[in-house]
Parts: sequence; structure tokens; C-alpha cells
Amino acid sequence: MQITCPHCGPRAQAEFVYERTVDSVVPLDATPEEAMKTLFTRNNPRGVDEEIWRHTFGCRAWMVITRHRVTNEITAIRAVGPEAIP
Amino acid sequence: MERYSALSLLRGAFNGQKHWQPAWRDPEPKSHYDIIVIGGGGHGLATAYYLAKVHGLKNIAVLEKGYIGGGNTGRNTTIVRSNYRQAPLHNLFEFGLKMWEHLSDELNYNVMFSPRGSLTLGHSDADMTMLAQKGDAMRCDGIDAELMTRDQVTKFEPLLDMSRSARFPIEGAMIQRRGGTARHDAVAWGYARGADTLGVDIIQKCEVTGFVRDGDAVVGVETTRGRIGAGRVGICVAGHSGHVAGLAGLKLPIESQTLQAMVTEGVKPMLNSVIQTQSLHCYISQSDKGGIVFGGDPDNWPSYAQRGDPMIMERAIAQGLALVPALSRLRMVRTWSGVTDMSFDGSPIIGETPVQNLYLNGGWCYGGFKATPASGFTYAHTLATGKPHALNAPFSLDRFASGATIDENGSGPLPNSR
Ligand SMILES: Cc1cc2nc3c(=O)[nH]c(=O)nc-3n(C[C@H](O)[C@H](O)[C@H](O)COP(=O)(O)OP(=O)(O)OC[C@H]3O[C@@H](n4cnc5c(N)ncnc54)[C@H](O)[C@@H]3O)c2cc1C
Ligand SMILES: [Zn+2]
Repeated sequence: MQITCPHCGPRAQAEFVYERTVDSVVPLDATPEEAMKTLFTRNNPRGVDEEIWRHTFGCRAWMVITRHRVTNEITAIRAVGPEAIP
Repeated sequence: MERYSALSLLRGAFNGQKHWQPAWRDPEPKSHYDIIVIGGGGHGLATAYYLAKVHGLKNIAVLEKGYIGGGNTGRNTTIVRSNYRQAPLHNLFEFGLKMWEHLSDELNYNVMFSPRGSLTLGHSDADMTMLAQKGDAMRCDGIDAELMTRDQVTKFEPLLDMSRSARFPIEGAMIQRRGGTARHDAVAWGYARGADTLGVDIIQKCEVTGFVRDGDAVVGVETTRGRIGAGRVGICVAGHSGHVAGLAGLKLPIESQTLQAMVTEGVKPMLNSVIQTQSLHCYISQSDKGGIVFGGDPDNWPSYAQRGDPMIMERAIAQGLALVPALSRLRMVRTWSGVTDMSFDGSPIIGETPVQNLYLNGGWCYGGFKATPASGFTYAHTLATGKPHALNAPFSLDRFASGATIDENGSGPLPNSR
């Protein structure tokens, strides 16, 4: 798989590290029940999900990748600021 | 079903081996079963077998979307052991290991269980301390574990690089002598034949595509071969738990990831045991055909592609070659991968779900093959009685909410921290 970093351009997937899905970032004011659900459950679709990845062995920036989990087709990549990770 | 025996082979030798029959039927699905098990891997087939054998149930089906044993049962590196640090895990796996020791007799099918020893190498003082702690924890529960010195390791597995200049110096090891390997396909086929003989319908090419609901309760499944009614439904689909549970509106503490393995050309016996290590991420054993089987880390990002990342293979092989330099001239003949459920504490999830009549057995990560008999036996108890078995009770789905997680690897709350 090749991932196009918004800052560095196309790079090998080996340079990137997967973090978690966008919807599993726990808001700081979440109730314990919400926090538990957000941290510990996933849609885990046989299809498209929005994922947070980091160009760890490159520019080290975070990004959100929309990817199909069977075909690995990437349909969108956007740079994100610190707000994506608590 | 005719029993397999030396005598029947001999008799067959005199009439052209014409006595062989299909080992299981190929029935049409009925309109209703008391219990439906989704997934014809080792776990699902074992579950059906014990439902019939131990609980005397007659009206059971296993629904398999492809062919039985074509999932992770047929893709794994077949390591069987019970050397886990946490009591709920080693108790469950030890129950299973005791079943492995008699499984060929129980099923009248040779599963080729080979207790050649599961060797875990230590590369530092810290590794040796961890291994001693793990061994102590096991021995407290009556499970065999022995620490080995460097000298003992050298004698036991002579092809390891024991030099002081080795890339990964070996300080000692822990061995579980009763651990080993088994023939993966035979486990699926043996349980299938056993279950079929007891009246279980094994229905292949039958994918579950939805659940039939009556109010909150599940009362059947939609499949590619039509609607089938059910009293209780047990999910047992390895890497597809998230997808199948999703059909019932559930979100699980699971991400599906790729796990790879590979095998070399066959050579004469050169490795005595299953070699694993406390610090590295590679495991090596020699199959009965002579190939050297390698496994490594999961790919660490979600995927259902059944296609792995070469970087992970390279890392496992590099580590394996550093441990056993004599492997370097072998040719790799095959690599493959399976979709595994990575649960968030590394431990399986077995038991009821919030949906009435719907049960789950999943989250086996990289280590469920060894559990096949124990998983089937205890899940059958749960499906037959609606209650947890003492050995699977700690693995309930609600442990994440209550904080009673069972951290398999001591590495934190998310699968990718493993
Ligand atoms: C490369 C690799 C190496 C491994 N090495 C080891 C090891 O050394 N030791 C060990 O203990 N474990 C190991 N494991 C883990 C082990 O293989 C699994 O935990 C175990 O096989 C899971 O058992 P199962 O019977 O549930 O899986 P499977 O054999 O995968 O069975 C699940 C079945 O469900 C079917 N299914 C899925 N969705 C549906 C649907 N909608 N409808 C109907 N059927 C469906 C699938 O087709 C499949 O046949 C390894 C796994 C892999 C991938
Ligand atoms: Zn970058």
C-alpha cells in the first residue's frame, strides 16, 4: 500500500503507523459510559472507515485516511491539527 | 460411520481400498434448528461436536460461508501450548492441552498432535525474570514449566546461535515440554466427521448475511441459501466477528487485522521444538513434512484483505535467521495470511451478547488454534445452557465496561499497542 502524506507526497505504507478510527477519540468531557464505548468498541467494517494514521518515520504529522479495508483503496486523505488526538 | 482402524486399512488393502466413504454428509439446510453455529472452523465444528456429544442435542447446524477449515484453522502455524501468565488464560488453555493429548482417540481421527516442546528463549536478565514469573504462575496452577540454562538450551536445540556475539544473545529459556504442534486440517476434519456422525448438519457455501429478529430476540438467520430459523445462534467466525456481530447491530472491542505465516522447502529434521522468544516477534517450528514454518507479528492495522505487508515477513525472517543461522540457505516456498480478530486486551470473548439468543465466541487474536477443543467444549456448554462455563466466564463481553480485562500481553488497551 502507498499513502500520500499531505506534507511529503506518496510514501510506502511502512513509514506510517495506524492509530485508531476517528470516531474512537474520547472527548475530554465524556461520561464514563461514553468513554468506555468510544475507547473500546469499533464498527470494524468490511468496508470503508475513517482512520487516524501518523507519518511516524517521515514528517511525523497526523492525518485522517478514508480507506476500504478489503481493497485498501484510499479515497481521501486530510491533514489534521492537534484537535484530532486528545 | 465406519471406524478408522489398522484392521479396516488392511481389509481395504485386499479390495482396492473401496471401503472409503465420505467423512461427512452434504445436507440441504432444514427450516429450523435448535442451535445454529455460524462458522465452520475448528472452533465452530468442535462446538457442534460437544453440543451433540456432551449435551445430547440433536438438531444442530454449522453454517460455513466457504468450505470447512478454509479460514484461520487452515492458515495457522499450529502451535499448541498453555504457557500464559494470566490464570484465566492458562487455565482455559491447559484444559485444552489436556484434551489435545487424547484428541486423536476421542475423534478416531489422527490430528497428529506432536508434543515436541514449546521453547521460549530469554535474551536478557529481564527476559529470564519474566519467564521465571510466568513459569511460577503456571506451576502454581499445576501446569508444567521448566527454566533452562544456556547450557541446557545449547544441548536441546543445537542449531541456535549461542555465541556471545549473536545478534540476539540467548541467556536461557523456559520450556513447556507438553506443548507442540498439530495438523490443522485434521482438527477441522476430525471434528466435522465426529459431529456429522452425531447428526449435526454441516452446511458449506452458506454465508450468514443477516439475523431474523422477533422484537429484541434473534430467532434465525438470513443466508445465501435462504432463511433458517434457530433457537439460539452462536457466532464463531474468527476474524469476521466484528462484521457478523455488526449484522445484529453490535459494536465489539475488536479490530480485524492480518496475520501472516510462511514456510520453506522441506528439509531433514533440524529443529526439535517450537522456538519462540520472550522479546522478539518470531516463532519457528518444523512441520512433519520438513518445511520450516515461520510466524511473526500481526500487521497492526485493520484489514480484511487476507494479504499481508512484506515488511512484517521480512522482520520475522530476519529474527529467525539471527536465531538459527543455518536457515539462511533455505528457499521460502509459500506465504499466506488470515484475518484475525484483535481484541482490545488480547484475550478471547466468549459468552452472551446484549441481543437475546445471540452468543459470541471470538477475539482469539493470533492464538486460538490451541484453544480449539477447550473453546468448543466450553462454548457448547454456554450455548446449551445459556450460562457461562467456569472456564469461559472471565472472558465475557462486559469485562471491558467493568474493568476486568485480561491483558494477554501486558501492553495496554488497544490492539495496535501489542
Ligand atoms: C497466520 C496465522 C497463524 C496463527 N498461528 C497460531 C498458532 O500457532 N497457534 C494458535 O493457537 N493459533 C494461531 N493462530 C490463530 C488461530 O488460527 C485462530 O485463532 C483460530 O483458528 C480461530 O478458529 P476458528 O475455528 O474460529 O477460525 P476459522 O477457521 O477462521 O473459522 C471461522 C469460519 O467462519 C467462516 N465465516 C466467516 N463469516 C461467515 C459468515 N458470515 N457466514 C458463515 N460463515 C462465516 C469462515 O469462512 C471460517 O471458515 C494463527 C492465525 C493465523 C492467521
Ligand atoms: Zn509526511
